[in-house]
Formats: sequence, C-alpha cells, structure tokens
Amino acid sequence: MTDEPLVRWDWIARNWANGGPTAISALLENHIVMAFLPVLFGLVVALPLGLACVRWRWLYQPTAALMNVTYSLPSLVLFSIFLSVTGLTRSTVVIPLTFFALAVLIPAVVDGLASVPDPVRQSAVAMGFRPARRLLRVELPVAVPVVLAGLRVATVSSISLVSVGALIGQGGLGNLFIDGWQRQFYTPIVVGIALIVLLAVLADGLLVLAQRLLTPWSRARRTA
Amino acid sequence: MNWLAGFFGDAAHWSGPDGIPARLLEHLEFSAAAFLIAALIAVPLGMLIGHTGRGALLVVIAANAARALPTLGLLVLVVLLAGVGTVLPVLIPLVVLAIPPILVNTYEGVRGVDADLRDAAYGMGLRGRQVLLQTLTPVALPLILLGLRLAAVQVVSTATVAAFVGLGGLGRFIIDGLATKTYADVIGGAVLVAALALAVQFAFLLLDRVAVSPGVRQIR
Repeated sequence: MTDEPLVRWDWIARNWANGGPTAISALLENHIVMAFLPVLFGLVVALPLGLACVRWRWLYQPTAALMNVTYSLPSLVLFSIFLSVTGLTRSTVVIPLTFFALAVLIPAVVDGLASVPDPVRQSAVAMGFRPARRLLRVELPVAVPVVLAGLRVATVSSISLVSVGALIGQGGLGNLFIDGWQRQFYTPIVVGIALIVLLAVLADGLLVLAQRLLTPWSRARRTA
Repeated sequence: MNWLAGFFGDAAHWSGPDGIPARLLEHLEFSAAAFLIAALIAVPLGMLIGHTGRGALLVVIAANAARALPTLGLLVLVVLLAGVGTVLPVLIPLVVLAIPPILVNTYEGVRGVDADLRDAAYGMGLRGRQVLLQTLTPVALPLILLGLRLAAVQVVSTATVAAFVGLGGLGRFIIDGLATKTYADVIGGAVLVAALALAVQFAFLLLDRVAVSPGVRQIR
C-alpha cells in the first residue's frame, strides 16, 4: 500500500467512459440526476407550503417542528427505511433527499416572504396590485435572496448526501468510495471526492449567478 | 412493525458486545469525542472572528466548501491512508463535518450583536476581552447553541456511516443488516439512530432553556 500513489491518472483515463454502468461519466450523470431531482421537487412543494404557512400562521409551528425532526434523521436511516418500500431504485435515494431539501426550503420560503418590508407591500397595494399579482410581481421577487440562500444549502448538501446512497447500491459517485474501499485503492475515492466537491462548487456558483440576474436592483443600489 | 418486534424483542440484542447497550455506548463515545474536538476548535475561532471581523470572508467560504465534502468518501480515504482498524482517524471526517455549522453560527451570533450594546459595554469601561466574554457571548448564546445543536445532530446521525469501515456504534446493525439482508436489523438500527438523534436535539433545546439568560430570550 505504501508505494501506491494517491491518484493514478491512467486508471481515470481508462474508466472515464468505458461504456459500462460503472464508468465515471455514467456515475457522474447518475449523481447529478439524483442530487438535483430532490431539490427541484423540494422547491415545487416548498413554495406552496411556505405560502400556506405565511397565510395561516398556525400552520408554521407544526410544519417547522416536523421538518426539524426530519432533518435530524440520518440519511442512511431514511435510505434503509425506504429500501423496504421502493427497493433498489433511484427513488430510494431521491425521496428521502426530497424531505431533507424540504426541511431547508420551507423555512427559507417563509423567512423570505417575512423579509418583505411592510412599506413595500403597502406600496404595492396602493398601486393597485391584487393579492395574487402582488405575490408574483412584488413579494416573491423581493424574497428571492433568502429563498436562494436556502436553495444553495439544499443543493450543496443534496450533492454531498447522494454519495451515502452508495451503501444501499444507489449512490452515483459514492459508488467509487465503495469500490476504492473494497480494493484498497485510493484513486476512485479521490476522484469521487474531487468530482462531488467540484459539482457542488459549480452548482453553488450557478445559483449565485442566478441570484444576481434575478435581483438586478440589489446591484443598482450598491453602485448608486 | 413485526420487524421492530423481532428486533427489539430478541433477548440476544440486549447483551454482549453486539448488544444494543454496548453499541449505543460506542456510538455516543466517538460522536462525543468528535463533537468536543470540533467545538473546541470552532467556538473560540468563531468568537474571535466575529469580534475582530478579521478573516470572516475566508471562513464563510471555507465552511461552505466543507459542507460539500462527502463524509463517506473522506472516511474511507482517511481510514485507508491511516490503516484499517484505527479509531482516531475516523474522528477526522466527523470533526470536519461538525466544524462548519458551529463556526458559522458562532461567528454570525457574535457579529450580529446590536452595535449599541457593544458600544454601551465599551462605554462602561469593559476591555475588548471582557466585552466579548461578558456582553457579546451571552447575547450570541442562542445562535452559538443552535450551531452546536446542528453539529451534534449531524455527528450523531453521520457516525452511523463509521460502521462501514469496521467501527462499532449503532450503524453496525444497519450495515450488517444490509450485508446479510436481515431487514429487521436494518430497521431496528435505523429506529435506534433516529431516536438518539432526536434525543440529542431535545437535550440541546433543554440546554437552550437553561443556559440562555431570560433577558436575552425576551428581546429575541
């Protein structure tokens, strides 16, 4: 083991796209799908739920408590529980990760809408915005920074957590960790860690960019 | 539910080195060790950065990057590098996991203290260190405790994965159960870890009640 280099580039070259299901590029693709679907589903569910929590305040306490409990459950625990329901499919990873995303996104949506200053809301009313249009055209855009902050946390942790799914056979790049461990071979492990961190940094950067594009007024204010 | 009865009703699961009490103790042992190391590093550092404002950007970026590090990969790599069977290296990924939430929340807590309050403390003649320890820390305590709670829960739940590299703890039931397709053990272990994580969560909420000064709670 001592003279084994940390990274063997020839192994990477040979296994990047060898056509099989264990090719690095195939695992990467799998990983991306399994990491982003939960965030997407989470956002789709969190927006209406968050709105409901703002509209009916009493809903928020129990929802927040439930999300808090969910968030404290280990991913491996949820994976293994869902394993008995959904079997060895991607859903076994995607469904639990959706819950984790929700646990971050619902508070983000609620806090985001709460961060809309009252004068802004009242101005919108005074300008003749009806509630639905006011929500879409004024309140949600103003809430974007807080919601996107939550989205960034959810995305990065989702990308990292998919790898735990490797323990139940559905882990995208996490499978490289198992492979490396079983063969006492560093390269796949290093490749897996590097690609996951790279993926997370890339996704995070894209979300920061999205925030800049979605909130042009925050830049205008700074330069003024 | 039959699985749960099978797992918890089996007398063999309640004694010996493979029993629930022994595994629970192991789990708590290395979770606590990792958590304490992380807290000893992150709390003072976060307080210092929040107080002086130096190096804040670097810390926030590093903490965000650390969130992306996959614990399973780090664990496997560290154990392979250090040699299978050693305990201390296993703590490294858990410490790495626990530092970001503690550091970021401590920093945000200390930095977010009302500037008037800080000025008042200086006006009353307190020195820099006294301001930090006697004024900023008590006011920032709810956020510091939040960071500690998030870290503790994550460590306890992630320590499950340590069983994969041959360590004990409650993860043994899950990993071994998966390997031998004994799903009663998998579900039983899962329930135990979940209960432990919730207990830790609850313990920190209690600590928050006891430790946070009533005055601070009022202005929240």
